[in-house]
Amino acid sequence: MPDRPHPILIGVAALVYLFLMLPLVIVVGAALSDTTYLTFPPQGLSLRWFENIFEISAFRRTIVTSLQIALMGTLIALLIGIPAAYALNRFRIELPKWLGTLFVLPILVPEIVFGFALLKSFTVGTGAPIFLSLLIGHTLIVLPYVVRVISASLASFDFSIEEAAISLGSAPAKTFFTIVLPNVRAGVIAAFILAFITSLNDVSVSLFLTGPGISTLPIQILAHVEQFFDPTVASVSVLLMFLTVAVMAVVERTLGLTFLAK
Amino acid sequence: MTARRFWRRNGATGWALSAPATLAVIGFLLIPIGAVIAGTFIDPRGVFAPYISYFNSGFRTTVLFRTLQIAAITTIISLIFGFMTAYVVSRAPGKLKSLLIVAAVFPLLTGVVVRAFAWLIILGRNGILNQTLLALGITSEPLEMLYTQGAVIVGMVYLFVPLMVLSLVGVLENIPRDVLQASSSLGASPLATFWQVLLPLAVPGLIVGAVLVFTGSFTAYATPQLLGGERQTVLATLLHQRAMVSFDWVGASTIAAIMTVITITIVLAMSHIARRINPMAT
Repeated sequence: MPDRPHPILIGVAALVYLFLMLPLVIVVGAALSDTTYLTFPPQGLSLRWFENIFEISAFRRTIVTSLQIALMGTLIALLIGIPAAYALNRFRIELPKWLGTLFVLPILVPEIVFGFALLKSFTVGTGAPIFLSLLIGHTLIVLPYVVRVISASLASFDFSIEEAAISLGSAPAKTFFTIVLPNVRAGVIAAFILAFITSLNDVSVSLFLTGPGISTLPIQILAHVEQFFDPTVASVSVLLMFLTVAVMAVVERTLGLTFLAK
Repeated sequence: MTARRFWRRNGATGWALSAPATLAVIGFLLIPIGAVIAGTFIDPRGVFAPYISYFNSGFRTTVLFRTLQIAAITTIISLIFGFMTAYVVSRAPGKLKSLLIVAAVFPLLTGVVVRAFAWLIILGRNGILNQTLLALGITSEPLEMLYTQGAVIVGMVYLFVPLMVLSLVGVLENIPRDVLQASSSLGASPLATFWQVLLPLAVPGLIVGAVLVFTGSFTAYATPQLLGGERQTVLATLLHQRAMVSFDWVGASTIAAIMTVITITIVLAMSHIARRINPMAT
C-alpha cells in the first residue's frame, strides 16, 4: 500500500473536517448578526448580542455559578485524585487492580443516571443544599480525567529518584512535593484543563441538580433555546468557545497540543 | 522490621492515600446508583413489577428500541468516516498532522449544547439548509428536518466522529509501515492489504472507538432533546421527563437501571472481545 493515502480517502477526510468546522463557523457568524433572529451569513455586524448576555440576569448568574463549580470541583478532584494516582502507581503491586477501575466508574456509568441517582439518594435523601450536590457531582465526573491523566504522567516517572531522595534523608512528604510533583507538572496542568472544561460544559449531571436560583450555564442555554430563538445563545456559545480557545492556547504554550490527544 | 517497611509491605500508605477518592466514588456514586437500582426491586406490586410495566408500555419499548437504533446507526457511520479520516491523519506529515489533531480536539472541548445548537440553526424550518435548498430551487417549500430521527443522528455523528478519529489515529500510527509494505511488495493489491492486513490490525482500536461512541450516543441528553424534541424521545430524555416533569420516581429509576445495565454489559462484553481477538498480543 503506497504511503500516500488514496485521493478519494483524502477527499473524504477533507469533507469530514468541513463537517466538523462549518457548524462552529456558523455559530460565530450568527452571534455577530445584527438581526433579532438567528441567521447566517450575518446581516450587519454587531456585538449587541454579546452585551445582551450580560443584560439577562439568568446568564450573569449561571456564568458565575458555572465558573465557581468548575474551579472548585476541579481543585477538589485534584486534591483527592493526585494522591490516588500516586498510590496507584507507587503501590501498584500492593493495591488491588479493581481500585484503578473504580476511579473510571464516573465516566463508565451513564452520566444522566449518576445525576438522577445523586438527586434521588443524596440531595433528596439527606436534604443537602443544591450547590453542594452540584459540586459533588462535578467533582466526581472530572475525577476520572484527573486520575487517568496524572497516572499516565506518573507511569513514566522513575520512582528510584524518589527512593534516592528518601534514603538520603528527605522526609517522604517533602520528597513528594519537591521531587515527584514537579516531575509530573505537565500532567497536573493537563488534568486541570481537561477537568475544568469538562465541568464547564457538563449537562447531564447538572440537569438534575438545579434548583431555585441555582443553575449552570449549559442548563440555562438549554432553557433559553427552548423559549427564545434569538442570537443571544449563539453569542454565549461563542463566549464558551473563546474560553476553550484561550485554554487550548495556554496548553499549547506550556505543553504542546498533541498532549491533549492522548 | 522498621515501621516504614511494615507500612510499605501492607500497602497501607497506598490505601490511605487513595482513601478520599475511593470513599467519594463509593459514597456518592456507587451507593446512590445502587440504591436507585435496588429500589426498583422492592416495589409493593412485586419484584419485577416496574420492569413488567415498562415493557408492557408500547411507547416505552419504542423509546428503548429507538435509542438503541440511533446509537447503532451513529456508531456505524462514525466508524466508517472516522476510520477513513483517522487513516489520512495518521499518514499526514508532522505539522499538518498536529494541526488535524487539534482540529479534532477542538470540537470535543466545545460543549454538547453549543454543538447541538449549531445544528438547530442549520436544520431549522428557516435554517440555513432550507434557505439554501429554496434558493437553489431544489425544493419549493421548506423541508421539516428538525425533530426527525435523521436530525438526531446527524447531531450525534457530529458529536462523536472526533472521538472516533482520535481513538483510531493512535492505533493506526502504531501499525508498523513495514507490515503494509511487506504486504504490497508480496503482491497484494491495496484493497487486499486493507482487508487482510490493515483492518484486522486496527480491530482493537475500532472496538474501543465503537464502545465509546455507542455508549455515548446511547446515553446522550442534550442533542436528542434539542434536535429530536418530544417526537424523538430517547431513554435519557424520557428519564429526565419522568423524574423532573411527572415526578414518577419509580419509572425514572427503572429507566436508569435499564440504561446502566445495557451500558455496563456492552463495555464489559466488548473489552472482553477486544482482549481475545487482539492480533498484536501473542
